[in-house]
Amino acid sequence: MRALTRKPITTFLVLIAFIAALPAVIANAASTDGEEIEPPDLPDWSFSGPFGRYDQAALRRGLQVYVEGCWDCHSLRHVAYRSLSALGIGYGPEDIKAFAADFDVVDGPDETGEMYERPARPSDRFAAPYPNKEAARAENKGMYPPDLSLITKARKDGANYLYSMLIGYTDPPAGVEPVPGMYYNKYVPGHFTGMNAPLLDNLVEYDDGTEATVEQMSQDVTEFLSWAADPHMNERKSLGLRVVIFLVLLTIMFIALKKEVWSHLYTPPEGHPESGDASGKPAREAK
Amino acid sequence: MASRRWNNGLVQWLDDRFPIVSATHHQMYEYPMPRNLNYWWNFGSLAGIVLVILIFSGVFLAMQYQPSVNYAFDSIERIMRDVNYGWLMRYMHQTGSSLFFAIVYIHIFRGIYYGSYKSPRELTWATGVIIFLTMMATAFMGYALVWGQMSFWAATAITNLFTAIPLVGENVTTWLWGGYSIDNPTLNRFFALHFLFPFIIFAIVVMHLIALHTTRSNNPLGVDLKSRQDWIPFHPYYTVKDAVGVGVFATVFAILVFFMPDALSEPENYIPADPLVTPEHLVPEWYFLPYYAILRAVPDMGFMSAKLAGVIAMFGAPMIWLLLPWVDRSPVRSATFRPIHRFFFWVLVVNCIVLGWCGANVPEGIYLIISRIATAYYFLHFLLVIPVVSLIEKPRAVPTSIAKPIFEKPTPEFSAAVAAGQRP
Repeated sequence: MRALTRKPITTFLVLIAFIAALPAVIANAASTDGEEIEPPDLPDWSFSGPFGRYDQAALRRGLQVYVEGCWDCHSLRHVAYRSLSALGIGYGPEDIKAFAADFDVVDGPDETGEMYERPARPSDRFAAPYPNKEAARAENKGMYPPDLSLITKARKDGANYLYSMLIGYTDPPAGVEPVPGMYYNKYVPGHFTGMNAPLLDNLVEYDDGTEATVEQMSQDVTEFLSWAADPHMNERKSLGLRVVIFLVLLTIMFIALKKEVWSHLYTPPEGHPESGDASGKPAREAK
Repeated sequence: MASRRWNNGLVQWLDDRFPIVSATHHQMYEYPMPRNLNYWWNFGSLAGIVLVILIFSGVFLAMQYQPSVNYAFDSIERIMRDVNYGWLMRYMHQTGSSLFFAIVYIHIFRGIYYGSYKSPRELTWATGVIIFLTMMATAFMGYALVWGQMSFWAATAITNLFTAIPLVGENVTTWLWGGYSIDNPTLNRFFALHFLFPFIIFAIVVMHLIALHTTRSNNPLGVDLKSRQDWIPFHPYYTVKDAVGVGVFATVFAILVFFMPDALSEPENYIPADPLVTPEHLVPEWYFLPYYAILRAVPDMGFMSAKLAGVIAMFGAPMIWLLLPWVDRSPVRSATFRPIHRFFFWVLVVNCIVLGWCGANVPEGIYLIISRIATAYYFLHFLLVIPVVSLIEKPRAVPTSIAKPIFEKPTPEFSAAVAAGQRP
């Protein structure tokens, strides 16, 4: 024990391990309250982990689910149409132009001072379903459907949160009183939410023939919204891999260099036959 | 006046007028560094490097950021999405500030463990504490600039604390806000000050280094440099040792920036600030959690409201470090030779981590009780434990010099060098 506490680093590591375990123990002891909800089967996200990347086919399907299933209420105000090219879903400049032109945006004022609607251009951000927050509230029983640009970043474990919420709509279990105007969701904290189940089987028809089950659409739209929140992830991880490999090699070199330099710590005294030439260069061969 | 002669005429010309070459030469080859510094001594230079990283990434962010309540959040999203490598600058700044605190905490606790605050290094220590206080203010204002939900409500909660000041509290708070609530004027001044403060930190770092180089580095044994055998030049020994630290740090930094950039921050802050919606749990970034726990732990003192007492305790928590050189009466610096002091040092470390853990939880029930005990211990540690231990403890024998233990218990390399007729 004496030897253990002598070196600060050992004590430090032992402490860290001990303290890291402590909250888990306490949380375990405290988690007996509250009803038991069986957690959902979560998909293996293509984008998780250091080598994970977005799945292009899923992004393409997810974009379709967003536009046909979510866009009626939820904006995507930080995402520009042009950035869909970065999706790598095979949209060329002309496709994006055509895609954007399906949406109307307000522009102006024109030379007579009037605002006017025009088809969206690739440089526009996704057109909003409501002109402003107040209009959105008025249409949704006073509740504001949040913007989805950052939804997976704005929740803890965002992708899994979103997916669970989307597949969590069921009838309230026996004994749970329905709340008027609210919808039961087994995975949402508090269980009642202002949004009705947004996805129903075969809500969309996929071009690639994938069967549009609620689970499939939820997974695809989660993939798409994860991209929308973090569009540079592919690039970031690719660059990161190269940077980390470089830095690991550099650090190994530094460690070797440090060992080499410090092995010459004991310089021979002046005038000693092995003390090197007159310029003071140490005789490294002396070792 | 440069005393040294250089072979190159241009170098000599420069050095006669601006002695940068002599000064560098002096710091690199003549300034004595204890030969026994361990890797805990890397964190000072690392902190300096992270400060520079933060200033550089911050300048680039400032070129694109809009300090306006309507555009602040969106301008950061624009940096993240549309500015070339904006995401890299932003994530470096965000992760860098977290790691800055981690490094500085290790640096501070290293100073406490090895008694680096003791005479004659009191002012090195004091300038360090002032750097830390300035860092706290800078980090707080920088966090507000994001203008997410946590930014807004943290800024509201912390600036509201100033209303606890007796008599002038309300006026001071209005003055800080530049209005009657947190709004555009507040965001504007936070931006201006967040840009300014790092340069003030830089200036205090220069003072910290001048004080350090006057009294010279402490070392794990805590004994002074006595003979030529005790010291080695900074270059190449500590340049290369610092490089190892930089390599390890940069690797950890890159892993966080590129693979888990949001791991250390609250998801709530990706929701734009909304003055009408209070977040369910208000939590600061991890490095402020212990102070947050202290703020909420202090009860109503009777003569003083819980709020005022909490504010005093919270701001007092880092400031109490200024007393360390004077409350610790032991002549022995290093905790290596002070078993009781060392035991309580680790109690303090655990205590601070427990405080941080309480800060992350709602102050109710067991958490409130634990945070009250930990807060009481925190202050007692500095005001009672350290002075008493330093007076009653009998330290173990301290080596008379740095080189002596090396001679007495030589490593194989050392013996080989001596056998080869080389003198250490």
